Amino acid sequence: MPTHDEILTKIRTALVEALGVDEDEVTPEATLTGDLGAESIDFLDIVFRLEKAFDIKIPRGELFPESIMTDPQYVKDGKFTQAGVDELRKRMPFADIEEFAKNPVAREFGNLFTVDMVAKYIESKVNVKA
Amino acid sequence: MRWIWIDRFIEFESGRRARAIKNVTLAEDHLHDHFFGYPVMPNSLILEGLAQTGGILVGEHGNFEEKVILAKVPKVTFHELALPGDTLIYTAEVEAINDDGARVNATSHIGDRLQAEAEIVFAHLDDNDRVKNLFEPKNFVFTMKLLGVFDVGRGNPGAPTTPAGLAQFKGAGGG
Repeated sequence: MPTHDEILTKIRTALVEALGVDEDEVTPEATLTGDLGAESIDFLDIVFRLEKAFDIKIPRGELFPESIMTDPQYVKDGKFTQAGVDELRKRMPFADIEEFAKNPVAREFGNLFTVDMVAKYIESKVNVKA
Repeated sequence: MRWIWIDRFIEFESGRRARAIKNVTLAEDHLHDHFFGYPVMPNSLILEGLAQTGGILVGEHGNFEEKVILAKVPKVTFHELALPGDTLIYTAEVEAINDDGARVNATSHIGDRLQAEAEIVFAHLDDNDRVKNLFEPKNFVFTMKLLGVFDVGRGNPGAPTTPAGLAQFKGAGGG
């Protein structure tokens, strides 16, 4: 059973290898796209590495539900609708939606994807040692 | 020039692993065009050969229903040059595979020596993608015939991988 720190260490290794960043750049609050330079294809690479590191299965769209962005029911005129925000709350309980919900513009969506969010997601999938 | 950078498959295990050979010869123009007066096989084309070995492995796993494209090379290292007369043995092993794509570890050997190693990520193009028509599955199978995949390939039951027999291996490999 891994500790919180062990989980973070494995995530850091995965991101360093997938994105070619330095270890000290991978802070809990760093955003994957903005701070660490991840592009869409990198998310696939990251998912593969996390699956291997933690011996888990990450179903399509569970960790990075990007498809919400292209659904007109959820995103209209560059902004998340109420239904869109509700959908985010439902599908991303591991992300800090409340801060984002105050001004849910689509271009800020990527900032939800932080190292800490990935850690919370992993902790929801594996048993964590207190 | 035909953009085929492997000469023949020598092993093909559906969804798991494939090995192919590439013979390096002085008759190939690209050897002479790389460094003037010093003919070597360009590393970029070795990477392409590794990607073709892995890409066909990944495509066959999905019965060529998905369009498999090279998406990313997270890591590649070349340990030595490939010279005229060398036979490169490319090995590709599926590390992970899902609906979105696959990650493959690939190596190139000259005899016992590790010549190059790479991690390669492939993505499946979805049907909405504008470039989907660039890839005709039937052409891919034709190329597979040329490359001898069906001569050496075998699926999980140990039977040869033939175009007609591909269906029985669907979903069988990679486990």
